[in-house]
Amino acid sequence: MKIEILGVGCPKCKQLTANAEAVLKELGICAEISKVTDIVKITEYGVMMTPALVVDGKIVSAGKVLNKDEIKKIISK
Amino acid sequence: MAGNNCMCQEIGVLVFPCSGSSDVGELSDRVGRKIAKCGQAKMFCLAGIGAHISGMIESVKSAKRIIAIDGCPVSCAKKTLEHAGFQVEEYSLKNLGFEKGKTNVTDENVQKAAALITGGKVEKNISDSSSCCTA
Repeated sequence: MKIEILGVGCPKCKQLTANAEAVLKELGICAEISKVTDIVKITEYGVMMTPALVVDGKIVSAGKVLNKDEIKKIISK
Repeated sequence: MAGNNCMCQEIGVLVFPCSGSSDVGELSDRVGRKIAKCGQAKMFCLAGIGAHISGMIESVKSAKRIIAIDGCPVSCAKKTLEHAGFQVEEYSLKNLGFEKGKTNVTDENVQKAAALITGGKVEKNISDSSSCCTA
C-alpha cells in the first residue's frame, strides 16, 4: 500500500500525516507514506483543497483532516 | 512550506457557471468570475467535475454551499454537479431575465446578474472595479 499526503506543510497537513501514521501502526500495516508539498504537483492531481489523502494513487479525500476512524474505514476497504 | 500558497483554507461557497457557448453561457462565466472576484464565492471548473477528476470531486465535497449558474433551462451545470452526487443551488439566467440569443454580454448585465445572485452583495457601481463589493 502506498499513501501520499498532499499539502504544502501547514498544521492541517501535519495532523493528517500523524493520523495516517497512527492508523497504520494500530492496524499493523506496512505502508509507505510520502508527502507531496509542491503546489504544482498537488494541482496536477486535480486537488484544489488540502490536505488531501491519496491511497494507492487514488484521491480519497481533499480539504479535510480525516480522523483516525475515517482513515481506518478508507484503508480497510 | 506553508505560506501564502497554502491551500488549506476552508471552502465556503463554490460557484460553477455553465460557461456555455451561447450569449447566456458567456454571461454565466463572467458572472461567476465577478462573484469570485468580489469574494462572495470561489469559482471552480465544471469541466473537471464532468471529467470525474477525483481530486476535484473530493475538493468540492468539502464545500459548504454549491451554486450552479446556468445560462439556459437545459441546466448543464446543475445536472453535471448532480451526476457527481452534489446538492446544488441553481440560478438560471433565464429566470433572472436573460433570454438566450437575446442577451448582450455587457459589464452592466454581468453586474446585474451578479447582484441578483448574491442578493445585492455585489455593488451596483460598475465604473469602479476596485470597489465591486459591498462591505
